[in-house]
Amino acid sequence: MNPLRRFLGTPEAVAGAIILIALFAMALTAPLIFPGDPQAIAGPALLPPFQDWLLPLGTDRLGRDVTAELFHGARTSLAVGLAAAAAALVIGAVVGTLAGFAGGLVDEVLMRVTDAFQTVPSFLLALAFVSIVGPSLGVVVAAIALGAWTGPARVARAEVLSIRERDFVASARVIGMHPLEIAFREVLPNALPPVLALSSVIVAAAILTEAALSFLGLGDPNRVTWGGMIAEGRAVLRTAPFLSIVPGIALVLTVLGVYLAGEGVVETTAVRRSLS
Amino acid sequence: MTVLLSVRDLTVTYRRDGSEVAALKHISIDVAAGERVAIIGESGSGKSTLALAIAGLLPQSSRIEGRIDWPGRNHAPIGGRDIGFVFQDPSASLDPVMAVGKQIAEVAHTHLGLGWSAAYAKAKTLLERVRLPDPDVALRAYPHQLSGGQKQRVAIAAAIAAGPKLLIADEATSALDTIVQAEIAALIRQLVAEDGMTLLFVSHDIALAAELAERIAVFRHGDLVEIGTTAQVVNTPRNAYTRALLDAHLGLDAGPMPWRTGTPA
Amino acid sequence: MSSPLLAVSELTKRYRRGGQTIAAVDGISFHIEPAETLALAGPSGSGKSTIARLLLRLIEPDAGHIEFEGGDFLSLNGAALRARRARLQMVFQDPLAAFNPRATVARVLGDPLRVHGIASRRERPRRIAALLERVGLSADLATRAIHEISGGQRQRIAIARAIATKPSLVVLDEAVSALDVSVRGQILQLLLDLQREERIAYLFISHDLGVISAIAHRIAILDAGRIAESGDARAVIDAPQSAIGKALVAATPKLTRTSMHDAS
Repeated sequence: MNPLRRFLGTPEAVAGAIILIALFAMALTAPLIFPGDPQAIAGPALLPPFQDWLLPLGTDRLGRDVTAELFHGARTSLAVGLAAAAAALVIGAVVGTLAGFAGGLVDEVLMRVTDAFQTVPSFLLALAFVSIVGPSLGVVVAAIALGAWTGPARVARAEVLSIRERDFVASARVIGMHPLEIAFREVLPNALPPVLALSSVIVAAAILTEAALSFLGLGDPNRVTWGGMIAEGRAVLRTAPFLSIVPGIALVLTVLGVYLAGEGVVETTAVRRSLS
Repeated sequence: MTVLLSVRDLTVTYRRDGSEVAALKHISIDVAAGERVAIIGESGSGKSTLALAIAGLLPQSSRIEGRIDWPGRNHAPIGGRDIGFVFQDPSASLDPVMAVGKQIAEVAHTHLGLGWSAAYAKAKTLLERVRLPDPDVALRAYPHQLSGGQKQRVAIAAAIAAGPKLLIADEATSALDTIVQAEIAALIRQLVAEDGMTLLFVSHDIALAAELAERIAVFRHGDLVEIGTTAQVVNTPRNAYTRALLDAHLGLDAGPMPWRTGTPA
Repeated sequence: MSSPLLAVSELTKRYRRGGQTIAAVDGISFHIEPAETLALAGPSGSGKSTIARLLLRLIEPDAGHIEFEGGDFLSLNGAALRARRARLQMVFQDPLAAFNPRATVARVLGDPLRVHGIASRRERPRRIAALLERVGLSADLATRAIHEISGGQRQRIAIARAIATKPSLVVLDEAVSALDVSVRGQILQLLLDLQREERIAYLFISHDLGVISAIAHRIAILDAGRIAESGDARAVIDAPQSAIGKALVAATPKLTRTSMHDAS
């Protein structure tokens, strides 16, 4: 049976996939459906949802279109979440592979550095980094990746430690392959599956961290973010709670979708492994 | 001759990735009580599938057609009590975190209804019978403290603990080196003789099978291609594949292959 | 006049296990001539595979010398060692474990050609096809994944990879033990053909005296990390002198076949 059909055979995977597809559709179509600056004033301030067909989710304190903000915010959340997770996975996989494959002093040094990063709460690290360097999209991505790469590094190292004892690594040495090529071409690809299984957790955490940073005013000021929208709505929480609730729901659904789809992928590959 | 076990028209199909693979095709074979039968074949011949089918150990996903009858008993045999099974890899069949004495005693406790102290006494006797060097120490040892050959002796002790009528050894000596293999084969032969057990010896090694069994059944691609007494199969094989297997055997007298001659220049 | 292809002297490898030091290989010396097959036999734990790994520099010895093609093999390091590896190759017991599970046949055979600069990228497919033919396989196999082909084909690929760099010595560590008997004969024949045509020497590690008597010129029988006896393979197997040699011969299953006509 092909993997896609097996993936679609699990209901939670389907639910997750639907949520993610909807989210990607929102992010991709945002500039088409809502051209122009989503932060521009579009109507009267504090218009509640479902009053005006042109502004289905109402407006905020300044009269900005909540729907447009929500769509554009999806772009930021997804971009930051995916970029930060990708960076964390790449850094983690490389560090873990080097540590596990080289062993000895290299391993010792790299793993103590990993320990150091792991002992500092990752959100605090991100907060400090953004406060010092200044908020922009790239810095936010780097700040989140800074706290998230240690998990993948540990998993990659543990996997590499067992793979490097296998015969095919010995036979790569026997044919005279360079150690770095063995580490990154022979060992790393085989160590990746369990590392990639972490990706849904990391993407979800990255999206939440980005929202939290924006909520605290440390997001990229030139972009709409869901965290920023929630923070905006906080001032009028009693009179217009929808301003915080709408982006909040979007955030919850996104994280849920990422988890469910990730779980589905892990399940699918696990089934395939047990079959082979 | 009383028939212990009668297999009739047995077909076993495994389902794998949507397609079905027949591991055994319409196999019929009778095993008499007290005889030693070798099941030989190469990988993919279905020899292990037959052993698992007889022991009732096939995976749930396999489809079984045909009959396996046990004339002379009115209920299906119980694995562990009526059938002892020795696998190829003793490390996989022994529990790594349980002392070997307990693993053997558990079989006696479960199937013979012995109290724990009687079961442990039985376990000690069994460890003596499989000739582990120091049975008292071995009782408390864990599998990782034993060598491959010692582990296989423990696995055999556990397999015969409940006094089964049938002992199935599925490539039980294949993972061992030549010397240990010969010791384990001799042990199996002795235990089978002492307890009057019936032996199904599954192996890829026709020479080892010939030393141990009275009858040999040759399997290939799920078919039973030939069955007969050991002397008949070894000396006057009727089937071309059996002949090829015999010719491919390299004994001590194998001599140099076709052009390997002399010493190098 | 000429020194042997490989001369090993006083090779020692110790392991620490539970506070005790055990010598897996204990002062072993032997030599191999060009185009010769030396068999290492012995029970498990006698040090056969450790010797293979020491020779290939997969592990480092605690003492001893290895002289290969007239040079000190143990003094080589880094790029010099990697370059020298072209001449000393190995075939592992389990052909599935010896290949990257993601590899294709073309990649497995292309790697040594690329690493040692033997064939340019453009030339490589032709060389891979030639290697496949050399070991009796169809050139179409190049595009297949390693896990798709049979065990016998895989071991042929392993041999093709080992001879890709034109080695003078190939270490065969139980290279035919995992194969079905019908395939085993063909692989042994292939090894013998390669030895005759390319003058490759083999260190043939096996626990099976039957296979050894079919392929080896000389044999060394190991016991607990030492050589118990060595000599002409036929002579040692016919009349072993050491206790371990006698035990090995006695333990080997014997198939006694009477000729067709005097069986009833």
